Amino acid sequence: MIMAKEELLKVRELNKFFHDPTTIQVLRDINFDLYKGEYVSIMGKSGCGKSTLLYILSTMDTDYEGHIKLNGINLSQQSHNELARIRNEYIGFVFQFHYLLPEFSILENVMMPALKLGKYPRDQIEHKAIEKLKLLDIQELARKKATQVSGGQKQRVAIARALINEPLIIMGDEPTGNLDSKNADTVFHLFKEMIEEFNTTLLIVTHDEDFAKRTDRIITMSDGRIINL
Amino acid sequence: MGNKVLFKIARTHVYAKRKQSVIASLGVTFGIGTFIILMSFMTGLNGLLDGLILNRTPHVRVYNEIQPSETQPITTNSEYPNNKFFHKIESIKPKAARSSIRNSIGIIEGYESDKRVKGITPQVSARVFYKSGSVLLNGNLLGINPEEEARLFNFDDYVLHGSPTDLKNNSNGIILGAGVAKKLSLEIGDYIPMVNPQGKEFKLKIVGLFQSGLAEVDNIQSYANIAAAQSAAGEGTGYFTDIHFKLHDIEYATQMAAELEDLFGVHAIDIHRANAQFDTGTSIRNLITYAVSITLLIVAGFGIYNILNMLIYEKMNDIAILKATGFSGSDVKRIFIYQALLIGLMGGSIGLLAGFGMSHVIDNAPFETEALPTIKTFPVNFDPWFYIGGGIFAMVTTFFAGYLPARKASKIDPVEILRGQ
Repeated sequence: MIMAKEELLKVRELNKFFHDPTTIQVLRDINFDLYKGEYVSIMGKSGCGKSTLLYILSTMDTDYEGHIKLNGINLSQQSHNELARIRNEYIGFVFQFHYLLPEFSILENVMMPALKLGKYPRDQIEHKAIEKLKLLDIQELARKKATQVSGGQKQRVAIARALINEPLIIMGDEPTGNLDSKNADTVFHLFKEMIEEFNTTLLIVTHDEDFAKRTDRIITMSDGRIINL
Repeated sequence: MGNKVLFKIARTHVYAKRKQSVIASLGVTFGIGTFIILMSFMTGLNGLLDGLILNRTPHVRVYNEIQPSETQPITTNSEYPNNKFFHKIESIKPKAARSSIRNSIGIIEGYESDKRVKGITPQVSARVFYKSGSVLLNGNLLGINPEEEARLFNFDDYVLHGSPTDLKNNSNGIILGAGVAKKLSLEIGDYIPMVNPQGKEFKLKIVGLFQSGLAEVDNIQSYANIAAAQSAAGEGTGYFTDIHFKLHDIEYATQMAAELEDLFGVHAIDIHRANAQFDTGTSIRNLITYAVSITLLIVAGFGIYNILNMLIYEKMNDIAILKATGFSGSDVKRIFIYQALLIGLMGGSIGLLAGFGMSHVIDNAPFETEALPTIKTFPVNFDPWFYIGGGIFAMVTTFFAGYLPARKASKIDPVEILRGQ
């Protein structure tokens, strides 16, 4: 399954504390690596720190101790603006609750990260966005407002948006948690296609055991530690 | 490219919240509109009031005045020096002096070519009585050069009927104070008999009426040619009682008055000393206008601040998602500042237009008053700087009103929002 073992993400001695109301250690000595093209799920009970880990890896949470290297870039040394750019270009995000911008059309929602990146002219971005929508079989929704489509469709739009900049890694925080098993199945296969097509890496936090079992690797967490790589 | 997408997001937000945006921008509209109307109207009125007095007031006036004797006769006796003896001589009379200005021709010729001077007009003031049957009215006949007075001191603005040129063309003409004409039931074309203090009687033909708006002037003052007034005063051609200077720059008035007193030993008073209260009045009126307008705009600013603050609470999720997809804090800040500026731009430009429209309405509203014969409508000052200043101020206010909420938005932690759900 794994083609060339090219390293993408390297996490070393990662610790994280919450200080409010009292100091609690939520992540303890996390060490692991991810390779390009890997399909990895993170499992564990609620409160074990798996979402916290994901948000640190996503560069949105910068309050941690330890070292993270994404595609050779040392994340702990970057400014907030630089992190935003890294997030924009290299990381795609899918959440449990689809989080589209309600005032914009489906197409605009998908285009937004690419417009921000500004790597291609607008018409090219639009072309790419329509391609992604086609890939997810929702191209007929392109002109609709984000508020006019169903939950499962919204999740696909969110996936299309995560793909628009052709990121190195897609992270998901229970992306199927809100979907019925049929839709969850579709999402699983979509991710799989991404790997095959773009050699994308996938890191998915999930409670769904069926989903996790079908991935390449399950990272199991408990009480802030990784107990099984 | 990056800015364009931020601007598009801002525009979409403003458009999606049409109602709030319109209300917020109405605040700016009112603020700016009122600012324009207030400034145009107040400065128009100020200009009129200042003009009423200042335009016809000479910048420097040279005149002669009876003064108390500076030295008492006894002090000239060296046997009784001032520091050793107490001089007590009561009722010392002022020295009888000619009321004409000494060397008036010299003053005029000396300064006519001065670069600071726009024009000089000599005047002759003659005390007369207007006569009608057995009635004698106190009067003052002022001999002037009508065209120069019109050019330099807007004399023609106060001439109701006839014109300064009519006076110039008729050496026996008189422009009579409207109050006098009314009292004596005289009209243009009539002759008015007059007596001077020496008892000499003469007649002048009324070629015009003038009304200054100040009753005590209109009931006494009349204008004639210099020669006529000199003859009314029983004096010759070298006789002038006043010399009026109009300068290019009013700032030189004080300096020039001092210079004239020094060089020619005459009395000279400058406009600042003569009309100090007008400067004060103008600056206080301006101050009030600015204070009211700025208050209005600040109130409008609070409106924008409030609405953007509310908007940010509503848009928490959107802000989180923008950040998650790679928009930085400063991008988010910019989005909300753009929104504030858009609201300011909309409200401000409508406010400028509304202010302009209202100013036009006021400008055309009839305003007739006894005091200002040449004014038919309200005075309005259409200074483009008010519009430029108002526009800039609208943008600055909305920028600051938007800055605080925008900074708050930029600091929103997306993790908290995304995990909270």
